[in-house]
Amino acid sequence: MSKFKKKKSGDMPAVNTASLPDIVFMLLFFFMVATVMRQNTLKIENNLPFADQVEKLDKKDLVMYIYAGKPSANYTKFGKEARIQLNDDFASVKDVAAFIAAERASKREELIPFLTTALKVDSDANMGLIGDIKQELRKVNALKINYTTKKGSVLGRD
Amino acid sequence: MAKRAAPEVNAGSMADIAFLLLIFFLVTTTIETDSGINRKLPPIEESEEDVVIKQKNIFTVLLNGKDQLLVEDELMEIQDLRAAAVEFLDNNGDGSCDYCKGVKDKSSSDNPDKAIISLKNERETTYKTYIAVQNELVAAYNELRNARAQAQYGKSFAEMQADYKDVNWPGNKERLKAKIDQIKIDYPQKLSEVQQ
Repeated sequence: MSKFKKKKSGDMPAVNTASLPDIVFMLLFFFMVATVMRQNTLKIENNLPFADQVEKLDKKDLVMYIYAGKPSANYTKFGKEARIQLNDDFASVKDVAAFIAAERASKREELIPFLTTALKVDSDANMGLIGDIKQELRKVNALKINYTTKKGSVLGRD
Repeated sequence: MAKRAAPEVNAGSMADIAFLLLIFFLVTTTIETDSGINRKLPPIEESEEDVVIKQKNIFTVLLNGKDQLLVEDELMEIQDLRAAAVEFLDNNGDGSCDYCKGVKDKSSSDNPDKAIISLKNERETTYKTYIAVQNELVAAYNELRNARAQAQYGKSFAEMQADYKDVNWPGNKERLKAKIDQIKIDYPQKLSEVQQ
């Protein structure tokens, strides 16, 4: 009789947490692999606009990034108007040509025609600045451009 | 000397360390956006002869400094722009385009090959609105190309392009490329921007 009674004893057994590290490691490896470290430290606000007719930029090493937007909170001494950022620092429209030349020099010669310029511009910037950048790009014959956007509907979002 | 078993290392804190790293990577991860609207800028050299284009073949889109939209001299909302552009491109005024479904209005564009969309913006226009307009105009072309591809090959243009990029797609890529190019010829993207 006591044989059967024994099993009824006491509390709920504790949940076995021995596999918890395994699960955490799995997540850890996922995020380690998926993380892309930012190439440039942004000194500007960069809230990209939305668009839904987007194409993907597939060759990442063949893209030159030009950022523009108004200086972020730590850099308000540079004014409130939208500025251009190339690599890690503020730049003026004149520097765009030199930047493109430097980027081209760092790539293999046969890849130069495939270079694309990605314009990552804050949605509140005005078109005057973009027009100036585009004019500079035309001067140095960097004609392939891409307006980088987030994916989403253009309407009804502010 | 009796052989002593090495004491087991306490692995209880391993989970804590892993959590710490996990949280670090969670916080630093930024999902990079690298998709956008591709455009090609016109080369800078000035062509000698002036190209004469009939006024009815030009679809003028004006964006002013207050982000207001003026299409063919009429005020318009952005959500109506796509339909208006489709109607203009697909109009087929001279009847030479046998696949167009337009209304054949004599005062609008002759055929998709001649129809040009001209976009002009001011310096004060915000980038957001400019992208919205660009997006709607590209969408108009894509809509027409999709419809054309669906009628011709039973597959939308977007699907054909996705197939072409897909490495594992089993079909004949050269034939597909020819089909894609044909549709691009049927509805060429002629979008010009006015320089200030």
